[in-house]
Amino acid sequence: MEMINVILQGVLLGGLYALFAAGLSLMFGVMRFINIAHGDFIVVAAYLMLVAVLFLGLNPIIGILLVVVLMAAVGYAGQRILLNRVLDDDILPPVLVTFGLSIIIQNSLLETFSADSQRVPASGFDTASLSLSGDLAVGLLPLAMFLAAIGVIGVLQFVFYNTALGRLLRATSDDPEIVPLMGANNGHVFALATAIASGVVAIAGTMLAMKTNFDPTIGPSRLLFAFEAVIIGGMGNIWGTLAGGIILGVAQAIGAQIDAGYQILAGHLAFLAVLIVRPSGLFAKAKG
Amino acid sequence: MTKLLETQDLKAFYGDFQALFGVDIAVDEGETVAIIGANGAGKSTLLRSLTGLHPVPGQSIGFCGTAISGLAANRIHQLGLAMVPEGRRLFPSLSVEENLKIGASGRRKGPWSLDEVYRLFPALLERKRHGGSELSGGQQQMVAIGRALMSNPKLLLCDELSLGLAPKIVREIYAAVPLIRERGTSLVVIEQDIAQALKVADRVYCLQEGRVSLEGEPADLTRDEIAKAYLGTEEAA
Amino acid sequence: MEIATQRAPAIGSNPANYMLVAAALVCLVALVSAPLWAGRADLRMLMEALSFLALAQMWNLLAGYTGLISVGQQAFVGIGGYLFFALAMFGGIPVLAAMPIAALIAGLIAVPTGWLLFRLQGAYFAIGTWVVAEVFRLTAAQFPALGGGSGISLPVSVAKSIADTRAGREMVMYYIALFIALGAVLAVWLLLRSRWGLALNAIRDSETAAGSLGVRIRRIKFAVYVGTAIGTAFTGAFIFFQKLRITPDAAFSVTEWSAFVIFIVVIGGLGTIEGPILGVILFFLLRDIAADLGTIYLIGLGVVAIAVMLIDRRGIWGALKARGVPSLFKIQRHLK
Repeated sequence: MEMINVILQGVLLGGLYALFAAGLSLMFGVMRFINIAHGDFIVVAAYLMLVAVLFLGLNPIIGILLVVVLMAAVGYAGQRILLNRVLDDDILPPVLVTFGLSIIIQNSLLETFSADSQRVPASGFDTASLSLSGDLAVGLLPLAMFLAAIGVIGVLQFVFYNTALGRLLRATSDDPEIVPLMGANNGHVFALATAIASGVVAIAGTMLAMKTNFDPTIGPSRLLFAFEAVIIGGMGNIWGTLAGGIILGVAQAIGAQIDAGYQILAGHLAFLAVLIVRPSGLFAKAKG
Repeated sequence: MTKLLETQDLKAFYGDFQALFGVDIAVDEGETVAIIGANGAGKSTLLRSLTGLHPVPGQSIGFCGTAISGLAANRIHQLGLAMVPEGRRLFPSLSVEENLKIGASGRRKGPWSLDEVYRLFPALLERKRHGGSELSGGQQQMVAIGRALMSNPKLLLCDELSLGLAPKIVREIYAAVPLIRERGTSLVVIEQDIAQALKVADRVYCLQEGRVSLEGEPADLTRDEIAKAYLGTEEAA
Repeated sequence: MEIATQRAPAIGSNPANYMLVAAALVCLVALVSAPLWAGRADLRMLMEALSFLALAQMWNLLAGYTGLISVGQQAFVGIGGYLFFALAMFGGIPVLAAMPIAALIAGLIAVPTGWLLFRLQGAYFAIGTWVVAEVFRLTAAQFPALGGGSGISLPVSVAKSIADTRAGREMVMYYIALFIALGAVLAVWLLLRSRWGLALNAIRDSETAAGSLGVRIRRIKFAVYVGTAIGTAFTGAFIFFQKLRITPDAAFSVTEWSAFVIFIVVIGGLGTIEGPILGVILFFLLRDIAADLGTIYLIGLGVVAIAVMLIDRRGIWGALKARGVPSLFKIQRHLK
């Protein structure tokens, strides 16, 4: 029973990790671009949520919407103004620019909010739980987050495969050079991808803010979780990413059960194990 | 007749390497122009320069009376200049129909629509849900042409339509050219298959080492003239 | 598009060349004689700068010549440091022997990690290196004998084993630092001048090369990965010998051993030997002026690194070279 409970908590945590991963995966898929500051963007969203709920006194739902819109807008602008200028075959410039952004964000947050650990209260929602049977219970908040994660991934999947925008994003992923010959502006498409990714990051960050304590330095480890979920699940498969997030979450939950010091390590080891056994990921889409 | 496309002293560079040395060509409205030349003569560079994929210095390209050199490729496309790129370059993760639809991203109005493209190439209709890689080479070429037509271009640039295709398929593809012209689209075709080029074109340019070595109407050109323009003086001598 | 750089004129034909060589010699003499003129604080700063120079040369060799972008070289700094502590404290191995042994063991560890990481491409490789570094950090925290998460100090007896007096110890430490830094510069220079150098210069952009060429390129990259791990671990062993204390967070710090090192290389000039030297000098000058600003200094560093990528990604030395400043370390071999 104990073990089932642990696995259940891990699965629910995995939903959040899948959200971390979805944005990273989207940006890599469309423009072969890895944002080293991805985790720091998640933390920025968490702090924006803190400001919205705690300082401005907004309802958490309004807070989430506000942060999503804000982050998407900033993502769009940032891609067009800064990141598009360093995108080419050379991977160093984007890695370096986002590495620089990561340092800038972390230290700006430290300067503004101090190193103190923060948490956004979810008005009692965060402690309520749903009793399943006997000793088995799931927290309402983790459950809601998990369902939201599935919802977000479902929406992404729909947009990607059933809309003109999704078509354009997939085409850009295939062959960006000739996308302008279709009459579309690459810079705009890239920025739209980043805007969507940033919106997802915002949802992930606001959830993180309500679920756990956070401080300005936790971004990099969120980047690594996101990355691991993508690789475990297999690139280019968004449901695979959800599975990757769940595997990572379960591995961490089991590790934590053994010893608190093993939680993160167990997740990393699960990732390395997948890298040994199936470097292309467990659910990689076969390339035609 | 008005000039649809005109280049004056068009030069193109790849770093230190100069690929085009002042090319002057013109395409009138309603015309089909063929550009022939050996490998490395600069044909593809010329097309890439016209579409904006390869930036060129100066104000050397005019399209519908506007200077388009320096414009982004998608802006040029929106003015009505589409291309069928060398090697087809279909989007592999998109189905046939999605490949066609994406050609209309610029939202230009005109005679071409999904239905019209299927009417032109009925083979595509039955395969509209297939991925591009499941098609034969000829069908892929049809998708590439259809995709370009979906933008309702005034001018369609075709790079090596016949490359790698069986003669029968090439004839099928070229049968579409008059139908495309009927709807008011002019064409520029790059061809290595000289006979095919001469058959379809109103006018021919021959490129040699980045320069126009010959220009004229197919009927006026002799075999020797073409051979000389194509291969260069020393071989002809 | 830029015009291909002209071959730098031979020494003797250009006064700038003389000045450059003369300045380098003056610096070298100043460095060798530093214990005679520098105060204790200056000496410590020089040691730190020399350590960073060695780390920067290693990262530069990896990224600038093989195109392998790692943000996880702190793995080898930390492994070098921890192995050194373990060897010196529990193995009873003399300090001067423990450092190279620690470096070589780190090289052995780099073989399986490299085997694993080479399954990832490009930016994924970069983040993969970071994961590996985190695994080592978290593992280091699980060894109670090495102090677990709170770290461990080197016993005074170990430090005293290299010299009895404090001044004597600092002099020995300084010369170790100088040896490591000059060794790193010379090693990279000699490597690039060797027959491997030509291959290294050629493979940066040929990630997709197939067949036997692809396999050979992979082998060379792998060898460079392992080699830089050894150099990085050697430096790490020294860094923590000098600090006399090691903790998992300090040993495997991404900011210190990756971000700073990468910024040094990129601001100075990636893919040149002079770039990291210039980068280290600038980094320590800036730090001297602005370190009191704390987080603001770090933000500024991030801004400068981004600016370099936007303005001229060849870095300062790369930009100078393009404007005709001659190379100090000639690499191009004249074709006969």
